[in-house]
Amino acid sequence: MSTEVSAAERPLRGSGRELRGRSESASRKLRNTLATIVMWGAFLVALIPLIWIMWTVLSKGFSTMLDIVWWQKDQSGVGAAGFDKMIRGARHAIVGTLLMSIATSIIAVPLAVFTAIYLVEYGRGKLARAISFMVDILSGVPSIVAALFIYAVWVTTFGWRLMPVACSLALALLMIPVVTRSTEEMLKLVPNELRDASYALGVPKWKTIVKVVLPTSFSGILTGVLLGFARVAGETAPLLLLANYTPFLQQNLFSGNGMAALPTLINANVQFMSADKISADRVWGAACTLILIVLAINLLGRLVGRFTKVKN
Amino acid sequence: MGKRIDVQDLHVYYGSFLAVEGVSMTIEPRSVTAFIGPSGCGKSTFLKTLNRMHEVTPGGRVEGKVLLDDEDLYGANVDPVAVRRTVGMVFQRPNPFPTMSIADNVTAGLRLNGVKDKKVLAEKAEKSLRGANLWDEVKDRLNKPGAGLSGGQQQRLCIARAIAVEPQVLLMDEPCSALDPISTGKVEDLIEELKDDYTVVIVTHNMQQAARVSDKTAFFNLKETGKPGHLIEMDDTQKIFNNPSERATEDYISGRFG
Ligand SMILES: Nc1ncnc2c1ncn2[C@@H]1O[C@H](COP(=O)(O)OP(=O)(O)OP(=O)(O)O)[C@@H](O)[C@H]1O
Ligand SMILES: [Mg+2]
Repeated sequence: MSTEVSAAERPLRGSGRELRGRSESASRKLRNTLATIVMWGAFLVALIPLIWIMWTVLSKGFSTMLDIVWWQKDQSGVGAAGFDKMIRGARHAIVGTLLMSIATSIIAVPLAVFTAIYLVEYGRGKLARAISFMVDILSGVPSIVAALFIYAVWVTTFGWRLMPVACSLALALLMIPVVTRSTEEMLKLVPNELRDASYALGVPKWKTIVKVVLPTSFSGILTGVLLGFARVAGETAPLLLLANYTPFLQQNLFSGNGMAALPTLINANVQFMSADKISADRVWGAACTLILIVLAINLLGRLVGRFTKVKN
Repeated sequence: MGKRIDVQDLHVYYGSFLAVEGVSMTIEPRSVTAFIGPSGCGKSTFLKTLNRMHEVTPGGRVEGKVLLDDEDLYGANVDPVAVRRTVGMVFQRPNPFPTMSIADNVTAGLRLNGVKDKKVLAEKAEKSLRGANLWDEVKDRLNKPGAGLSGGQQQRLCIARAIAVEPQVLLMDEPCSALDPISTGKVEDLIEELKDDYTVVIVTHNMQQAARVSDKTAFFNLKETGKPGHLIEMDDTQKIFNNPSERATEDYISGRFG
């Protein structure tokens, strides 16, 4: 009985204290307003470059993207007489970007997911700590260094011809830590109670992971994979070193003829930009397309995350 | 069905920390045994040693013997996975698999252990759900997610899931602590029925519940926090609640009632 009374009194006492501290609350209000203004200011300042970038790219490149030829044709014929009057398409670069990113994912995702499973479900002690540390280091490796490493191994050590798949390998080095970390987070979100429930039914550990843990965290893992994909799709340094730009549509990841990608399409045209309006259009069109692709994949990742989230 | 459990001088450790000390007890087949005692005295820890779920915790290990009808669960050639198929467990918080439907939840243990025949699975699902007194409430939505049920229904779903693999023994760690009185009543009725087929061990903080559902009661205690818990006494529930042999038991029970 007595506890109930004191519980009922508590809000009253609290409001009394607030009344007494009126002058204090006025200064708190002022500080609060100031902090709000500063935060909004910082936010708006940070927004300026973003809007500026988006505006520049969209205003200069969007109309190029609207032409169906942009998506259908490549740049074959570049340099020939009369070609400089035409913008032609970016199909070769779009296909190349998607192909190399998909190949990258095929290489990186299994490795990353298995690493994450090891770290979360099995890893104990020194080995796990060492692996986790190496993932950290890998995520700090600059993309040009990753590309240089693959170049050294591929060309110098093995003496192989450069192929687009070598570029995918370098991109995979960049994707692995991203996907490993995001997958780890997702696996850690799976409550231990579900693992226990499965073990208590006499289900072995590996089967628990395959049939309970992975399905429960599937959408989160997929979201992470798509975000990683979006990240490597815009990566440039490995392309410059390992995937020679070609103006032709090229769909073989194992050919020695190089493969175009949107960043290298930009790179191939940027030097003529100031003199040649059509080159400039190509550059901005490619930039716009790249942003569109990355945005679309990002969005897809978030949608997958939203709509397949498992409710606990 | 239903096997006898014989525990001989069992010590339970988390790493180097001795959590439960020197427990010996016999649990009769097809009976309900309640574990009571203050928080932290090692009831859950000890319960989990009975189906080798304790060693899932990093550092978890035991010394001593647990015999299930004369077979030592901790024998050298015993597979913990096989032990858990024989000794099922229901947890404090209902934990249905969120990615699975109601029916799939019930048959999870069977499916994950290789049973594929749809007809067998459907029959098993119905039988287990009936066994858990849940069939009438869910029979029209077997393909809906298990997580969409109420807490009490989820807990009975978990019981159905546990009995679907036809264990010999069913361990329950405070199965009603998250449930309302009506759901609790249903689970208690269910325990009463399960006793016909299974050996049931239940941990509870609810004295009335222990008195209502159990045939035997074991009282655990610990001298102070940080010291290992141990078994004070185990006897017929009637005797423990009316005329316990140990002073500590009487203090604990009367403290709760008074
Ligand atoms: N995972 C763990 N690692 C280390 N020590 C643990 C772990 N789980 C429990 N313990 C310790 O073991 C002792 C027994 O805990 P246990 O959970 O078995 O108590 P309990 O009797 O079930 O308590 P409650 O009634 O609150 O559930 C406690 O001292 C506790 O701190
Ligand atoms: Mg407990």
